[in-house]
Amino acid sequence: MSAPERGDIPLPRPTAVSAPHWEGCRKGELRVQRCDDCEGYVFIPQAYCTHCFSEKLQWVRSSGRGVVYSCTTIHRPQRQEFEVPYTVAIVELEEGWHMLSNVIDCPHEEIEVGMPVEVFFREMSPEITLPMFRRVEGAEIVPPSRPETA
Amino acid sequence: MTRNPLHEVAIVGAYNTRQARTLDGETDLSIIHDAVQGVLGMAGLSQGDVDGVNIHTMRGGLSARNGVHILGGHPCWTGNAEMGIAAVMEAAAAIATGQCHTAIIASGQAGMYTDRSATSPWTRPSNEFVECWGLYTAAEFALIAKRHMALYGTRPESLAEVASAIRMNGARNPEAVYFGREVTPQDVLDSRMIADPFHLLDCAMNSEGGGAVLMTRAERAKDLALDPLYVLGGALDRQGMAYVTPPVWDKYGYVGRRAAELTFGQAGLGPADVDVCEFYDPFSFELIRQFEAFGFCGEGEGGDFVMDGTVRVGGRYPLCTNGGIMSFSHCGVVQMLQKVISAAQQLWGLYPEELTVPDANVVMISNGGAGALFNDTMLVGREAA
Repeated sequence: MSAPERGDIPLPRPTAVSAPHWEGCRKGELRVQRCDDCEGYVFIPQAYCTHCFSEKLQWVRSSGRGVVYSCTTIHRPQRQEFEVPYTVAIVELEEGWHMLSNVIDCPHEEIEVGMPVEVFFREMSPEITLPMFRRVEGAEIVPPSRPETA
Repeated sequence: MTRNPLHEVAIVGAYNTRQARTLDGETDLSIIHDAVQGVLGMAGLSQGDVDGVNIHTMRGGLSARNGVHILGGHPCWTGNAEMGIAAVMEAAAAIATGQCHTAIIASGQAGMYTDRSATSPWTRPSNEFVECWGLYTAAEFALIAKRHMALYGTRPESLAEVASAIRMNGARNPEAVYFGREVTPQDVLDSRMIADPFHLLDCAMNSEGGGAVLMTRAERAKDLALDPLYVLGGALDRQGMAYVTPPVWDKYGYVGRRAAELTFGQAGLGPADVDVCEFYDPFSFELIRQFEAFGFCGEGEGGDFVMDGTVRVGGRYPLCTNGGIMSFSHCGVVQMLQKVISAAQQLWGLYPEELTVPDANVVMISNGGAGALFNDTMLVGREAA
């Protein structure tokens, strides 16, 4: 059930481009960039749209709900500061974009692809609040579908 | 159709130095010196015969441009591409277009990885959207594998078969770091978990060593010590920011497919013409993925494809016949080049009999994998295309 040990793990160092995302986390909002021209979502933060090259990116608030797109439970830590085991996931947000995070407050063996999750925020330092995910209780697994072949 | 000038280029030397978990008393430069001497000796050439160079290391400030000094400092073309298929294809293009006639590609590492209490430093990300979640290379590749397992029901037993097949080759290769270390599929499944679904023995190891490849024009190659090996085709697939962008299967799952199609197209060959697969083997699942990406089997079929001895020496598509980066050696930047070296040494019949694939003519080589968002491919053969 444990989260990664949070004492001395390396914390993000926001850049000019990413600062609005981290500011959102401090305020309890999961923020992502969206393109005014092609309506695509862009993450990680960029200076222009990686779908259509437009510079018209706006910060918008994500619903914070999604499913586990893929996950791995780690038993050999990146650094000793991470308490094992911990689960890393790619979360597919409702809006269709993906981010890496941890899924916590759930037995690791129960975390699986397609599990509905929702964001919550954990303050790590005055500057940094991390968006993490937890299971949506009672929600059904969404089976993965095969990508459309080109 | 115009003849592809790539087909005028031959590999005439491919050499590995001693490999070990640690090479005490050695430095990057002493290892590189061994590699350069070794590969020139294989071909019967000397430093002055070389006019193309790509020698660089991760550390010590040895850039490709500065690396020329190792050969004595006479005027040379220099390559800048990463060690491996990228460097070989760059040098082949330089030879084919007349920028140089004989090129050496070499690197080596020693004394790098000393603190074994955590993952090796170069496998750790530093990006603000990756590092804080505790990812590292094994986790990135695990995220690719787990999606495939959820989509297609791919089983840990298939991953274990791949790792065992590769490690059994290393067990029989006296030059391998893990020579003598036999590993069954059950041993893989019984080893401790690193990043689910990867057990310890599903993962490549770390070691030190060096290697070099020597190339020249095909007509010049015929006078040298070893039979020339021809570069039949090669291409790179790169999809961006490795260990930054999440490795989303739908977008990156078949990285290498375009490269393989181009490579086969240049050679006028297909998967059925391949005798040996010197594929990049950072984690067991990656080989299953590459067989699908390169068209050896259909999407989702890789788990079944690798069973029943198919990827063992004696099977139809033997994998990583030197033991790969799981068992032979996995060092710094030269490890990608060692895939090319293994292909050449297999075709020259330099391996022990039990690792030699009889009558092998065509070897497919790959570098990189989906967890790193790149995958390069190359074909080398005993007969010119």
